[in-house]
Amino acid sequence: MASGARHRVIVVGGGLAGLSATLRITEGGIPVDLFSIVPVKRSHSVCAQGGINACNEIARQQGYSEHEHFDESIYGGDFLAHQPPVYEMAHWAPRIIDLLDRMGVPFNRTAEGQRDLRLFGGSLYKRTHFAGATTGQQLLYAFDEQVRRVEAEGKVVKYEHWEFLGPVVDDEGQCRGIVAQDLRTMQIRAFRADAVVMATGGCGLVFGKSTNSVMCTGAAASRCYQAGARYANGEFIQVHPTAIPGADKLRLMSESARGEGGRVWVPRKKGDARDPRQIPDAERYYFLEERYPKYGNIVPRDIATREIFSICVHDGLGVGGGNMVYLDLTHLGREYLERKLGGIIEIYRKFVGDDPAEVPMKIFPGVHYSMGGLWTSYEAKPDFKGLRYGAPGSMTTNIPGLYAFGEVNYQYHGANRLGANALLSCIFDGLFCGAGVVNFAREQAPAADAAATAFDAAKSRRETQMKELLGASGTENPYAIGKELGVEMTAASTVVKSGPRLEQSLETLGSLRERYSKIRLSDSGMWTNQTLAYARAVGDMLVIAEAITRGGLERQESRGSHYRTDFTERDDDRFLATTIATFDPQTGGSKISFEKVETPLVEPRKRTYGKVEGGGAPKAVASPHA
Amino acid sequence: MVAPDAASAPASRSQRVLKVAVKRQADPAAPPRWERFEVPVEPGANLISVLQAIASRPTTTDGTSTTPIAYDSGCLEEVCGSCTMLVNGKVRQACSCLVDQFIDAGEAITIEPMSKFPVVRDLCVDRARLFAGLQRVKAWVPLDGTYHLGPGPKESPDDQEVRYALSTCMSCGCCLEACPQYNVEPDSAAWDHEFVGAAVISQARLFNMHGTGKVLKADRLEALSGRGGVNDCGNAQNCVQVCPKEIPLTESIAAAGRQSTVHAVKKFFSGR
Repeated sequence: MASGARHRVIVVGGGLAGLSATLRITEGGIPVDLFSIVPVKRSHSVCAQGGINACNEIARQQGYSEHEHFDESIYGGDFLAHQPPVYEMAHWAPRIIDLLDRMGVPFNRTAEGQRDLRLFGGSLYKRTHFAGATTGQQLLYAFDEQVRRVEAEGKVVKYEHWEFLGPVVDDEGQCRGIVAQDLRTMQIRAFRADAVVMATGGCGLVFGKSTNSVMCTGAAASRCYQAGARYANGEFIQVHPTAIPGADKLRLMSESARGEGGRVWVPRKKGDARDPRQIPDAERYYFLEERYPKYGNIVPRDIATREIFSICVHDGLGVGGGNMVYLDLTHLGREYLERKLGGIIEIYRKFVGDDPAEVPMKIFPGVHYSMGGLWTSYEAKPDFKGLRYGAPGSMTTNIPGLYAFGEVNYQYHGANRLGANALLSCIFDGLFCGAGVVNFAREQAPAADAAATAFDAAKSRRETQMKELLGASGTENPYAIGKELGVEMTAASTVVKSGPRLEQSLETLGSLRERYSKIRLSDSGMWTNQTLAYARAVGDMLVIAEAITRGGLERQESRGSHYRTDFTERDDDRFLATTIATFDPQTGGSKISFEKVETPLVEPRKRTYGKVEGGGAPKAVASPHA
Repeated sequence: MVAPDAASAPASRSQRVLKVAVKRQADPAAPPRWERFEVPVEPGANLISVLQAIASRPTTTDGTSTTPIAYDSGCLEEVCGSCTMLVNGKVRQACSCLVDQFIDAGEAITIEPMSKFPVVRDLCVDRARLFAGLQRVKAWVPLDGTYHLGPGPKESPDDQEVRYALSTCMSCGCCLEACPQYNVEPDSAAWDHEFVGAAVISQARLFNMHGTGKVLKADRLEALSGRGGVNDCGNAQNCVQVCPKEIPLTESIAAAGRQSTVHAVKKFFSGR
C-alpha cells in the first residue's frame, strides 16, 4: 500500500513490554512514537530481581516441558487465566531466552559456560534464568540498547518526560491517537497513530507503599478505563511475601532468596527476644517447610503471604511480637550469596544496615503486582493450543486500535502470578503480539489524514482539566488524600478481605472522592509542575480503586490472591469467570459483570500444593475485622 | 492488612526533626536560591521521604509557604539511577541516603542539583547528553532481528562476572559529576566532541567484550579516539570513588585506552 510509509504506532510506556513492542513494531516496518514519564532506561522493570522462566534442556531431560510450564502457570493462577495465551507464552519462552542471550544479557553461567538456572516458586524444576539478582534491570537494559539502535536508524522517536493523559477515540469508537503532556514545559498535545499500545505497568501506588516505583500509579490504565476500556480482574493484587518495610516504600527481597535455599522461620516460643543466631534449630518454626513438605519455602506467593500474615497477626508469633518473620540466608555462605543474590544483599545492607550473610533478614509481605488490568481479547488457534501469530485481535482492548501489553494487560497470570513469569509475559506481549499491532496498523486509513476534530476536542478537554486543577481553591491536600487512599486500600483490599469491610471501604473511597473535589494545589506554576501531575493522578487512582474494591466485593469466593473470610472456598460454578469493570460516566463508579472462563486444555483441580495440616498451624486465616 | 512499620517503630523515636537546606531554581533561566526546612522524620527514613514530606507540607523554617521541590525519582532502591543529587556537596542517590546519621550527629543537610547538567527546575537536571553518549559509542549488540535464531555465544563465568558488573551501570551520572574533565554543556551540537565520561567509556568496553558486540569494536574505538574520547581522561580517579554500584570504571578507562591505542596503530599502518 502506497500509504504504508505514513503509518505510525504509539507505544505508551518504556518498560520491558513497551520496549519489546517498539522493537518488534519497527522491525515490522512501522515507525514508533514512544512515550514515557521517565527516561525509558529508568522504567519500573529495573526492579524485577529474580529471573525469567522458560523450559530448558536440563529440566526437559528431567521430565519438564513447555506444557508443564503452562500447567504450573494455570494452576498457580488458580485457573482464572485464559489458557490459549498462557499456552503460547510458555511455548515461546525458550526462544525469548535465546533472543535475550543474543542481545548480550549477562545471564549467570555454569563452569561450562551454559546459562545457569535456579528454582522458583510454584515449580519443582529449575527453570528460571537469571542475571545476579537484578534480572529485570539486565533485561530492560538489553531492550533499551536495542531500541537505542533503532532510534539511531530513525525508526523511533522518544518522548521522554511526557505523560499520557488519555486516548483519542473518534466518532466510530476507534482509538486514533493520544493526548500527552510534556512534564517540563507543561505543553499538552494530541498525537495521531494507527494503533496505540498501552504498556504502562501496574498500580502499586493505589496501595500507598508498595514495591513499585513512584510512577506506577495506574493512572494511565484508569484514563483508558474512563474513556470506555474495560478493566478486568482488578481485585487480584499480588502481595509479595518478602519485602522490607521503609518510610517511603517497601523494598522487595526477591523470591530467588528462597529459590536459592533461603528459609523462612519464626521462634517457636511467642515473644522469644533472643538474638536469632542464638536460637537453636529445634526452637525455630520453619512453618512453610512444615506445612508444605513438597514445595517448602517456594510455595506460590499468595500462599506464602497468607501463611506469614497468619503467623504474625493471628498466632502472634512474629519476631518481637510485631509483623516480621525471618528470611534466613546465613547458612548459604557469603561467596555464594554475592554471586547469586548480590543485588538484593546490597539493598538490604544499604537500607537496613545489617548483613544478610551474618544475620537473618526481617521481612513482611508488601503489595507487589497487579494480575488485573485492562481487559483484552485474543485470537486462539482452532484447537486452543496457543494464539494465531500476527492476529490483530490479540491483546486489544474493547476500544479498537487500543492495545494493552505487559502488567497493564490482565491476561496470563489469573488469580496469582508465579514468580519469574512477569518478565516473560511483558516480552512475550511485545514480541508476539507486536506483530498483530503491525498488521492492524497497516490496514487502517492513516490517522495522519483523519479530521482534526477528535484530536482538538481531546486536547482541549485535558487543557480544561489542567486549568481547573491549577485554579482549584479548596482546602484539601492531594498528598494527604493519596496517603489515606493507600492506607485504606492496603487495609481492606489486600491479603484478607470481607464483604462488610469492602462495603465500608467503598464508603471511605466515596468520601475521599468528595474531598478530592475540593483540593488545592500548592504549586500553580506552568513549568515542571510535579504537584499538578501527582494531583491529577490521585483523581485517576481513586477511580481505579473503586473498581478494584467493587470487584472484590462482588467476587464472593476465595481464589488465588483474593481471600474472603466470608467466602473461604473457590466457587467455580459462579466465579470461574473474569471480573469486568465498566466505567459509568454518570456516577463516576463501576459496573461489574462476570464473563465465564473456558478451560479447554486443563480442567480445574483443587489447588493445595500438598499442604499438610498440623505443626501447631492454624487451619485457616480468620478475619481480623470480624 | 496491618502496616508493619506502624508496629515496629517506637513512638518515642518517631518525631525527630531534620534540618534541610535546598538549592532551588524556578526554571533554567532563573537565579538559584536557598530554602530551609525542618522536617519530622521516622527512624530509618531516607532523603526521598524527606522530600515527600516537604511536598505534602511545603512550608519553610520561617513559616513561609512555598512550592514543593521538583526532583527526579523512580525505584527508590538504587537501581534506576533517577534521583542523583548533591548531598552535603557529595554526589549520590537520594534514595539510599538514610538521614538518621545526620540527625544523630546534629548535622543539617544541604541538597543541590548536579552541576554538570543543565538544571530544569530545582533538583531536576537534564541528563540527555548521557544517553546521547551511549548512541555515540554504539552501546549495543548489532542484532539481526527478533526472530528465533538460536542462542547467543557461550560465555565463561569469569567473563560473565566482569560483564555483569559493567552492565549494572544505571546511567545515574555520579561519575560525570565528580569528573574534573566533564563540564556542563547545554548545546547538544557540541556533545560529539566534548568529553564522553567514564559511564559511556565503560559501556563501550562492555560491548567490546561481547562475542557479537565486538563486531562494532572499531566503530566504538573510532568514537573514543577522537576529541572528547578516552584520551581526555585526566586520571583523577574520582569516578570510581563515587560510583554507587562500585563499577570498576578506571579499569574500563584503562582497557578502552589500550584498545584505542591499538586501534590507532592499526589504522596508521593500514593507511585508512
